[in-house]
Amino acid sequence: MTTVSLTLRIWRQAGSAKPGGFEVHRLDAVSTDLSLLEALDLLNERLIAAGERPVGFEHDCREGICGSCGFLVNGQAQGPQRATSVCQLYLRQFLDGAVLTLEPFRARAFPVLQDLAVDRSAFDRIITAGGYCSINTGSAPEANTLLVGREQAAMAFDAATCIGCGACVASCRNASASLFVAAKLAHLGQLPQGQPERQQRARALQAQMVNEGFGSCSSHLECEAVCPQQISADWISWMHRESWRRP
Amino acid sequence: MSPTPRLDPRLPEGPVATAWQRCRESLPLISPNRKQRLRILVVGSGLSGAAAAASLAEQGYRVQVLTYHDSPRRAHSVAAQGGINAARNYANDGDSVERLFRDTVKGGDFRAREAGCHRLAEISGAIIDQCVAQGVPFAREYGGTLANRSFGGALVSRTFYARGQTGQQLLYGAYQAMLRQVAAGRVELLCRRDMLDLIVHDGVARGVVCRHQISGALEVLSADAVLLATGGYSNVFYLSTNALKSNATAIWQAHRRGAWFANPCFTQIHPTCIPSGEAHQSKLTLMSESLRNDGRIWLPLRPGDDRPPATIPQAERDYFLERQYPSYGNLVPRDLASRRARELCLEGRGVGPGGRSVYLDLAEAVARDGTTAIETRYGNLLEMYERITGEDPRTTPMRIYPAPHYTMGGLWVDYHLMSTVPGLFVLGEANFSEHGANRLGASALMQALADGYFIAPATVTGWLAGRAAGTLPADHPACCEALATVEARIEALRRTGGSQPVDVFHRRLGHLMIDACGISRQADRLAVALGELETLRLGFLAEVRIPGDDSVLDAELAKALRLEDFFGLADLMLRDALARQESCGAHFREDHQTPSGEALRDDERFAHIAAWEHRPGATPVRHSEPLVFQTVTPGPRSYG
Repeated sequence: MTTVSLTLRIWRQAGSAKPGGFEVHRLDAVSTDLSLLEALDLLNERLIAAGERPVGFEHDCREGICGSCGFLVNGQAQGPQRATSVCQLYLRQFLDGAVLTLEPFRARAFPVLQDLAVDRSAFDRIITAGGYCSINTGSAPEANTLLVGREQAAMAFDAATCIGCGACVASCRNASASLFVAAKLAHLGQLPQGQPERQQRARALQAQMVNEGFGSCSSHLECEAVCPQQISADWISWMHRESWRRP
Repeated sequence: MSPTPRLDPRLPEGPVATAWQRCRESLPLISPNRKQRLRILVVGSGLSGAAAAASLAEQGYRVQVLTYHDSPRRAHSVAAQGGINAARNYANDGDSVERLFRDTVKGGDFRAREAGCHRLAEISGAIIDQCVAQGVPFAREYGGTLANRSFGGALVSRTFYARGQTGQQLLYGAYQAMLRQVAAGRVELLCRRDMLDLIVHDGVARGVVCRHQISGALEVLSADAVLLATGGYSNVFYLSTNALKSNATAIWQAHRRGAWFANPCFTQIHPTCIPSGEAHQSKLTLMSESLRNDGRIWLPLRPGDDRPPATIPQAERDYFLERQYPSYGNLVPRDLASRRARELCLEGRGVGPGGRSVYLDLAEAVARDGTTAIETRYGNLLEMYERITGEDPRTTPMRIYPAPHYTMGGLWVDYHLMSTVPGLFVLGEANFSEHGANRLGASALMQALADGYFIAPATVTGWLAGRAAGTLPADHPACCEALATVEARIEALRRTGGSQPVDVFHRRLGHLMIDACGISRQADRLAVALGELETLRLGFLAEVRIPGDDSVLDAELAKALRLEDFFGLADLMLRDALARQESCGAHFREDHQTPSGEALRDDERFAHIAAWEHRPGATPVRHSEPLVFQTVTPGPRSYG
């Protein structure tokens, strides 16, 4: 078993209205087959046994698909590995003796709840503003009535894989949710089923993004670099073209 | 163990092929005006919960949706990889509603209701229509029609898929449909709430008590009907493919309040998962079973052979599934593949850390089709494997081992999806229906969406039509009693004053359950495990430490509440596995097998659904609902 020893500088903040600061913990000789979240589990077990408050962080599926987890590792949203959320980030990615600074996503629209956990409910409200095709259960036509080319379906799928983790926001200088919004618009806007509401959807989602306190696109493309689903920032240009599109 | 009058499945009489239509047409309706005054509570926001919430709200009901996630989009349906079955016969390969129906009954090893399975097959096509109309980006053929594949050994191509993320895309479809109703003001989302008790008044479900994870406040919610869509309980095994927060609390608390629990021992083990190694490993990750289409499963002939797998010559490899099942080979059903792998590992033939895995080798497929073709087919899976293990599956055989994955058992429901508590409906994996003793690949998503989009919206209306609208006030004695019960429970857990974190006990529970009630079960072991479980439970209650109540997220309290309920359910699973003295589907009893090691079903004594009644302070009582087969004759399952 290969092991590493790590120093973790973790942001600790008891609640959203409380002051926060870094706290240093050491993990000695831990297996490189553990994920970073499993290392935090290990640390938490020790903290609990010592009567201290465990580190709060969001997680659930631990296979990179639910989008619950996410924080900054040494300033990078979702950590240093390409196309990987922190639950899939294994300790073998780090050198022995490394110092890891873990802090929550920083964005006005994502208030800190505790330690590494933030409130991302703004994303749900953006989708509520129009991120759907209006179709009632039971009124759908036969599935093969509308043909969708293979390439077209694949492009829509690529955009639709967004897991709503918020790394794009956390990596953007303007804390913009442009990649998140563009991904949803591109998913539905490229399919025939999404056409009737296409323009209205583009306007409504972008307006809601602004209302939630997200900034506008900073054009740095950090969002694409950190996205665990590798969603292309080209969709942001696509979204901007949507605003000028004739109905 | 005679059938009890209370256990009326309300199956329509007559031929199963038209049963659902006749049932639907006989259900009373409710006027749109009246629907606006009726309140429905949906617990859980996965496929079945979100689909039901959206569909009921579209009809005009006032719906509240409760989820412990920060967003409904996190529900564990999101992780389903493979696909969703539908009898559309787009492949022109002879599929039909009748065939999907028969496959489902047979796949469940004749432990499911014919009428329910037939309804599922009938509805399957409409689900695909609905999802496509929502904008679910299913895989397509070049001509633009929907693509299908054969899945899990099926002889026809009836599985619709969206690369390896079908569950995610279907969930987002249902989630978006539900948020559309939030925008319309008909659905109210209540996130970050754990349902901790069911409120029952005059024998009827009237609401729930839940705990807000941030404020810690206990809330009473009352409704005209309560729908549980809270998923399965594979996490009773600690390590499983389920998300870490997946739990049985909602169904277990409903069980304690009078909802009978059906077939708790029917749990499915998935053969192709990334094995466990580390003591602090927190979950097992599933690798889609589609890999078995191209991968060959083998072990070195010589036990303890620790040479790098690629250097072991063909003559010294045992392709054990191909050897034992010449016609099905690596595509044998999940339970057989799992059992054979486990047996060989127990004999000391396994590979990897602790000898707890077998090889799944893509080398031949890579040589035949090229790396690019294999990557196109399994791209994201190969990357996932590499991220987790640090090994490249294109050049080194993958190591896999079976892991708990899905629970066929769940709360007993009648044909209308209503539990033994009137007004309490149970949907999706949380109920026991349709999959019998074993679920077919790509049928979980189908059942969840059939329940959510089509069945519950019809039957819940049927139930509400006969009742006066009205919720209970928060100070109603039934609400106060449930609230006080939850308060006392939390207080007791906080007071234990032990020193150990919750996970320590959950790991121990998992070890016990996977050993005694996992892939293979045995009467003596099950009986001993009942005693060990009680010791473990008492140890948990005495030694656990929940950090002080000043913590916002209070994850340890949430875990402790869930674990306490897993202890209760584990006891019932052991009792059920002990009482079912036969092998069927995923339930394999070593004392009930043929000389060649195949499962031995006992249709004389066990062609029934076991439904357990909770009795406070006493041992639970096992009731049974006999199964009648009009259309498909129970026969032996043969995969030789």
